[in-house]
Order: sequence, then structure tokens, then C-alpha cells
Amino acid sequence: MYEWRNASKADKTNGGIGMTPELLIGSITLFVLSIFLGFELITKVPATLHTPLMSGANAISGISIVGALLGANVAYDGGNTDLSGILAFIAVVLAMINVVGGFAVTNRMLNMIAGKKNRGA
Amino acid sequence: MEFNEWIDIGYLIAAALFIFGLKKLGHPRTAPRGNQLGALGMLVAVLTTILDMELADDPANWTLIIAGLAIGSLIGYWMAVKVEMTGMPELVALFNGFGGAASALVALSESWRYIEDTSLALPTGLDIQVIMIAAGLSALVGWMTLTGSLLAMFKLKGGISVFGKWFKTPTWGPTWLNPVKVILMLTVLALIYMSIDDPRNTDYLWAIIGISSLLGIILVLPIGGADMPVVVSLLNSLSGIAAAFTGFIIGNSVLIVAGSLVGASGLILTFIMCKAMNRTLPDVLFKSFGGSGEKASLTRTKVGSDADEVAMMLDGAQKVIIVPGYGMAVSQCQHQVKEFADLIAEKYDTEVSYAIHPVAGRMPGHMNVLLAEANVPYEQLIEMDEINPEFPDCDVALVIGANDTTNPAARTGEGPLAGMPIIDADQARTVVIIKRSLSVGYAGVDNDLFYMDKTMMMFGDGKKMMTALNNAIKES
Repeated sequence: MYEWRNASKADKTNGGIGMTPELLIGSITLFVLSIFLGFELITKVPATLHTPLMSGANAISGISIVGALLGANVAYDGGNTDLSGILAFIAVVLAMINVVGGFAVTNRMLNMIAGKKNRGA
Repeated sequence: MEFNEWIDIGYLIAAALFIFGLKKLGHPRTAPRGNQLGALGMLVAVLTTILDMELADDPANWTLIIAGLAIGSLIGYWMAVKVEMTGMPELVALFNGFGGAASALVALSESWRYIEDTSLALPTGLDIQVIMIAAGLSALVGWMTLTGSLLAMFKLKGGISVFGKWFKTPTWGPTWLNPVKVILMLTVLALIYMSIDDPRNTDYLWAIIGISSLLGIILVLPIGGADMPVVVSLLNSLSGIAAAFTGFIIGNSVLIVAGSLVGASGLILTFIMCKAMNRTLPDVLFKSFGGSGEKASLTRTKVGSDADEVAMMLDGAQKVIIVPGYGMAVSQCQHQVKEFADLIAEKYDTEVSYAIHPVAGRMPGHMNVLLAEANVPYEQLIEMDEINPEFPDCDVALVIGANDTTNPAARTGEGPLAGMPIIDADQARTVVIIKRSLSVGYAGVDNDLFYMDKTMMMFGDGKKMMTALNNAIKES
């Protein structure tokens, strides 16, 4: 198991992420494999679903909410709540708009398109 | 196993839910479930993060964090519920821009900590290299996504309203702009490299942000309105990549997994869309084509028909296929189209179906969403490949604001449209076309369909023409 920098494990004294060559390779492996997985996940999609799929994937890219929250946390309790704290706060708001709005609007679209009885897959 | 080791398990569950969610989103039957799984994954990820922060030694500033979560949720939900179905593509573009901006802001916030508080020791060695490279790339992609998405949104709207005055969104892109894009991109990469040795230098930081924002604009500026779906899809892919880079900065697995999943699947979707339009991605991005120059070459004319003539011809039609296009979306006449279908079904006992071209409108599936909004039964919306064989038996094909997607020139194997799959509307016994003029479509190719003897042109705005047609049918 790689040592990820979770907030609860963060080393606040030097602010580093404890990056080791092993961890970096591990992260890059994760990155590359996820990209391959992403390529494989989407192969045959009916045109009807392209827009909802784009919108749903877009909502998932709001995962930066996790980074925003952790960033906000470090920024606030690092004793300097000035600009970096404000930036993280804005990031939380924007990411949340993306996440909630994205899933809600996708749901609305799908209820209209696929929610009704459809002809074949 | 310590309690905070469970944090990683939480993120793993979230990542798995995203994977299942994306997979299910690709099939009509399971798509709503897929979306719910994605949302559930996000909830798990956020709760895990909050738990993680609660376990941290220092207490977090919950008031602000919860305020941020609540404000964002309310705004997002309000926008999603309020939007008209016709404004959907713009909203997706806007949300996408916010996602990119959030990633870029996280990166900026991380770098700013060290600039703001000089007593904070800089990380050293591999730490600082990874942080600065990831923060730089996240900024590059994130700011580019924000400005690009905002411009794409205004392009989809067609313009911007400032103090009640309407400004049309320009499309501008001389060929010399392409090397400029490459140079700017390389400049940002060089700045990122230089920032590794001087992480507290704000000049580098602002330069990276400024150039990246500019890049987003000049990347989208030359691209015409009809290609916007492809661009929004590409920007969606980029916002995923931005999130993945942010994951590297803070060493968080779920950001890397979810971000790169979206990046890759978004790219595939982009290619699928390009293919349906018979374009390649480099063409869309670097070749400004379909300019206004070709429009002058129109020499042929066609006499327009009025609503009464068309209504008379429809009397007795047994099978009518409606071919909607971008014009229907612009004039927002989907309700009139539905009324028309109901009218002829009731009055003349006509069988009505709709032919849906994969790239009709501004986004794939755009027509489906619009017609679904007008309560057209899903069974009547038939995809191109399935409905094309039915045209020879069809009495009337009613084309509403579609041009390139019905242009027989695509079959000739020459010109910009060559090879693009089209709706075989020309094989119907009679073709009725509602269009504002004879002008060429996005591809800049004259449409022979307009000049056929069996074609009746109704010149005018989609909504006005459909209303006139409906009235004529009611009176006949």
C-alpha cells in the first residue's frame, strides 16, 4: 500500500507530500492504467447518450472537490487563512457547482431520454 | 490496521463506483442507474475526505468548509433545475469550466501557501519537483479549460448580451495562429520547468496563469459553432486531466483515478463525435473551415411554397418522417413539431416518425432531448441507420432546419462532406424543407436536395413556419 498524503497523515512541519520514487511510480502507474480503463469503458455508445455521458463524466471530473477540501483544510489550519484559504474556498464552491449541477442535469436529461421505454439497447 | 488507513478504502470504493457509473452511462437501459452510481461515488469521496480531515491533528475550519459545500450545492442544483432543455449544451460547457477552474485553484492554493508564508519550509527533492510540475500542468489545463469553456458557452449561445446590447461571438483564426498556439504551449512548459528551481517566484505563476487562459481562448476562437460539441467534449476530457494532475500535487489516489478516467473516456467520446461528423480532431482544432466566402457562389434559385400548399399535399400522406436539425433548436419549435405530428396523425391517420442524425443540432442527442421535452414518444425517434431504408416508402419527409445532414453531395465522395453519413431524405416521394434561405450549411456545400422537383421549400423561421403549417392543416 502506498503512503498517500491523507490530511490525517500530513506532515505539516515541512508541508511536503513525502514523495518517494516508489510512490511516484505508483501514482503514474495508477494514472496510466486508469487512462487505459477509461478508453475501454467507452466503446459503443448510442448517439442519444453522448450528451448525458459527457455531462455525467463532467460531473465526475468535479472530483477536484476532494483536492479543494483538503486544500482548504491545510490552508486554514496552517495558520495562514489569507489568499490560499480564499482560493481553496472558491475551489470548493466551484467544484460543488460542477458536481451537484452536473449530476442533477444529467439526471434530468436521462429521465427525458432513457427513462421512457426505449427501443433496444 | 489503523483507522485512518480506512481512508484509502473509502477512496477505492468511490473510484470503483465511478467506473461502474461510467460503464452504465453508456447503455440506454442502465444510464440513469449509472448516473446515480457516479453521484454515490462522489458522496463517498466527499464523506471520506471529511472524515479524513476530522481525524487530522489540527481541527479544520468547518464553518467555512460547510458554507462552501452548501453554497456550491445550492447554486449547482438551482442552475440544473432551472435550465431550459435548449440551454443544456451551454450549461454543460459552463459546469465544465467550473470543474477546470476548481482544479486550477487547488493547484494555485497549494503553491500560494509557500509564497504567502515564507517561514514555511519548502519541500525538497522529489517532493518539490512533483508538486511544481503537477501544479503547473494542472494550472495549464485548468485555466485553459475555464476560458475555453466560457467562450464555447457563448459560442453555443451565439453571442453575449452586455447592457441589453447583443454582441455576436466572433469566429476568427488565421493560419498563423496555429504556430502561436504551439509556441505559447511550449512557453508554459518552459515556465513550469523554471518554476521548479524558484517555487516562490510569482512572476512565473502569473505568467503560467495568463498564458494558459489566453491559450483556452485562442484554441476555441477559430472553431465554428457547429463544431462546438466536439470542443466541449474535448474540454471535458481536459478538465478530467486537470483533476488528475491535482491528484499528483496532493498525492491523492481518487483524484488521479477519476480524473484520468474522465480524461480518457472524454477523449474517446470526442473521437466518436468527430467520426460522426466525418471530421478528424486536428481538422476541427487547426483548420478554420466553412467560411463565409463560399456563400457568394449560389446561383440557382427555387420558388418557395406556402403553408396551404404543403398542408394540401400532406392530406392523404400515409407515412411522414420528420427530419429535425439545428434550425429546430434555434427557433425552439419542438412543441409546434409535436403538435404537427399529433394533428396529421389524428386528421389524416398518418404514421409519423422522426429521423435522428447522430450529429444533428449542437450536441449529439440534442434532438432527442428537445423532442423529449415536447413529449414526443421515445419509440418515434429513430436513429439514422435504422430509418434510412424506410424513406423510399415515405410519402413526405419534413426537414426542419437541417442542411448538411441531408445533403446528397455527401454520397459523391468529393468535397468537404464526402463520406459523411446522411439522412436519405431525398428518397422520399416528396420533401418539404423549412429553412430561412437557400444558403449553404456549415460545410459550405450547396445542397442539391433544395432544387429537386419533388422538393417544396418553406422559407422562414422554424417556429413561424410550423405554426403556419399547423393552422393551415386545422383549417383545411
